[in-house]
Amino acid sequence: MNLDERLQNVTVIGAAGKMGSGIAVLVAQEMSKLKFKPENNDKIYRLNLVDITEKALDGLRSYMKVQLIKAAEKSTVILRQIYSDRKDLIENGEIINAFVDDTYALLNFTTDYNIAKDSHLVFEAIFENEEIKIKVLKQLKEICLPDALFLTNTSSIPISYLDEQAGLGGRIVGYHFYNPPVIQKLVEIIYADNTTDELKEIGLEFGKRLRKKLVPAADISGFIGNGHFSRDGLYAMNKVEELKDEYGYHGALYIMNKVSQDFLVRPMGIFQLIDYVGLDVFQSLLRVMRTHLKLEHLNSDLLNKFMDKKISGGQNPNGSQKNGFIKYDKNRPAGVYNIEEGKYRMFDEDWRAEIDKKLNPTNEKFAPWRALLMDAKKMEKLETHFNNLKGMNTYGSTLALDFLKTTKEIGENLIKNGVANSEKEVNEVLMNGFFWLYGPINNFI
Amino acid sequence: MSYFRKKIYATAGFNTVSLGTGRKEFHPKKPRPGIEHYIKEAGLGSINQIRNPENIDEGVIGNFMAARFCNQGNLGGFFPMVHPTFQYKPCIRVEGACDSGGLALATAIKTILADIADVVMCIGVEVQNSVKAIYGADYLAGAGWFSGERKDGHAYFFPDQFSQRAGACYEKFGKEKVRAGMAHWYVNAIENARKNPDAQENHNKNSDLLATGMTPPNPKAFCEHINVFDCSKVSDGGSALIFASEEGLKKIGVEQKNAIEVVAYAQVQDNLTTPPPDLTKLSTCAVAAKRAYDRADIKPSDLSVLDVHDCFTIAGLLAVEAAGVAGYGEGADFITDGNTKSDGIIPTNTTGGLVGYGHPTGASGVRQAVDVLKQLLGKTGDCQVKISPDKPFGMMSSMGGNDKTVVAMVFRKE
Repeated sequence: MNLDERLQNVTVIGAAGKMGSGIAVLVAQEMSKLKFKPENNDKIYRLNLVDITEKALDGLRSYMKVQLIKAAEKSTVILRQIYSDRKDLIENGEIINAFVDDTYALLNFTTDYNIAKDSHLVFEAIFENEEIKIKVLKQLKEICLPDALFLTNTSSIPISYLDEQAGLGGRIVGYHFYNPPVIQKLVEIIYADNTTDELKEIGLEFGKRLRKKLVPAADISGFIGNGHFSRDGLYAMNKVEELKDEYGYHGALYIMNKVSQDFLVRPMGIFQLIDYVGLDVFQSLLRVMRTHLKLEHLNSDLLNKFMDKKISGGQNPNGSQKNGFIKYDKNRPAGVYNIEEGKYRMFDEDWRAEIDKKLNPTNEKFAPWRALLMDAKKMEKLETHFNNLKGMNTYGSTLALDFLKTTKEIGENLIKNGVANSEKEVNEVLMNGFFWLYGPINNFI
Repeated sequence: MSYFRKKIYATAGFNTVSLGTGRKEFHPKKPRPGIEHYIKEAGLGSINQIRNPENIDEGVIGNFMAARFCNQGNLGGFFPMVHPTFQYKPCIRVEGACDSGGLALATAIKTILADIADVVMCIGVEVQNSVKAIYGADYLAGAGWFSGERKDGHAYFFPDQFSQRAGACYEKFGKEKVRAGMAHWYVNAIENARKNPDAQENHNKNSDLLATGMTPPNPKAFCEHINVFDCSKVSDGGSALIFASEEGLKKIGVEQKNAIEVVAYAQVQDNLTTPPPDLTKLSTCAVAAKRAYDRADIKPSDLSVLDVHDCFTIAGLLAVEAAGVAGYGEGADFITDGNTKSDGIIPTNTTGGLVGYGHPTGASGVRQAVDVLKQLLGKTGDCQVKISPDKPFGMMSSMGGNDKTVVAMVFRKE
């Protein structure tokens, strides 16, 4: 059965979640492209979107509408050709609405897993918890057609383990989208020991159709992206424990966040990123990796303390950022938490100026990530920047260079441990999945 | 022998900022001033330059598509809002697509020539950022023949019309040459806009404009022969100026040295239901320019400043040919060689033009007249070009649709 045939009936499990909803939009677009081909006129296409509550599905309905409209607005040039024989549709607005209505008509929203019974492709994108994932996959195995293929969006659980536990006989592949899937170009593709050749091909072809950058990662917990991110985050957390005596928890968090964002020219500081991903997600990631890799040090007391206090970051239903390590005002960092004091220390208090001065006594302005993003000469400029850091010999530059070195070692170890085949793959994942301007394995250090 | 039966003057020109992408203060998701704001700001900007606004007799408002962009009709009703003494005075709104502003100028002048009024305030306005460009393209397509052309037309209807013209020029005159001319038009537009604080591209910091101008087109997402930098901007803005008879100037307390004379104009209409006779020419613009020159009794070489309707870079290129400053097929080289720059043979679109200043469609014709007025009066700030005494003329040419509705107007420094 080829991909076109499989795309006639697809199910997304966990469709209302952050990742599931994005995957649903991408799959819906691919299905509607097929449906509009004249030879497929009489075929029925169905995309089943499953989640656990009706409320979540309501949110998903609005999200799908908005995303389909955006997609149609971007492809109106082509849609006008597709709808050229519909004489009643003349203006762009009419054609966009028709596309959204026609695509929306393919969707089934339900809380009932049994809807997956006729699906040939199933995307699993539920919360990153291996017990639940295994339970759901087992259930799906019973419900679905015997040749149904499963693409799991796990970001850390070994695929062979899921395959074995759920008894899927190789009908599963790791298909790790990055958040948000509609925008992020990267998909890590991970084969289990027994993943069938057919599924490997389907995975590659589907990625090509989505115009995603597919990077293969070995089936080792954490894969490339989270294999790097988890250790990068842990390094920063451990460093906070080191610096807290001198600067307090809030000062230490502030320092590491600022060094990673401003000095290392990243899109956001390391603690802002963990807040964005969710402290709960990060904790669960460490737990999975710790269990599967049997590496006890993949744990953070600091993170656990935050979680004990139920400070977990992530986003509100309206997309705004929840407080985590950092407190946000209109989605912008406005303070940092001091776990000992049990409160946020705001940026407008006077503690900050002193730390800023210590980090960067000459008050040098670094080009921010955003300014370099579209700059054709960004690599030259970054090289100059890191060379300057080497010459500065300040507290901030030393911390930054240590971080840069550690980040590089983490990347190199991923290759050494067989998670990635080459530098190129490690760098591609960080640059495409995390929007870094440069890969962790570089010549800057 | 002058063309008009009495002297007509232009004075008190004012342009608002052209707001849209490119301006630092523009944010697509934040609330912005509405159309009434621009009418008032432009009107007051003009009134502030005269002594007796109460002696303005009438108003004309040029606007293209407020009914769709802003769900607003009856625009004449905003005229009394501009100044309390305008209450119960006549005001008429005129529409001729992107030449609505040009038609507003012609209408004001005709009213004075008819002895109905001595002083007419002319306001051009458009607010277009109310919808995304893909829907704005629908509204702007109203400048073409809806029932005859729209269904088979492109998603970006007008960009595609001019993309076809670019394609025809590539074929006839050589792609490399024409493409370079278009890119150089873009460079000149942005460089001039950087000197004009009201221009939408005033904040443009791009260090390699030529490379940007040469960006290859992406037919899947946009047009076959032009890129997005070849297009004028989606803009919100307003412009105003005052036309007056000799008597009228006195009534509003403006000395003649602060006014310029309108020597002649030509308003030309082509049939909307027929395709352009030759894609490599702006035939209607050429007729308008020729008539305007003849009526003013001047030649293109008598101009010190020119302002043409560059809704697209290719339109700018064809417009300088239509205006007779460059020969047919020679526009590209003429531009590439720098002849339209501020220090060139014929400084053209000296404040940025539609590509650099912006294109609040219904305002553009008025904006062009305002800028020629300011140039001839020597009040164009950093954009000022040399107005030599032996060439005291300036011309603007404003176009609606695909070379369908044109007003060309010649001004003289007194």
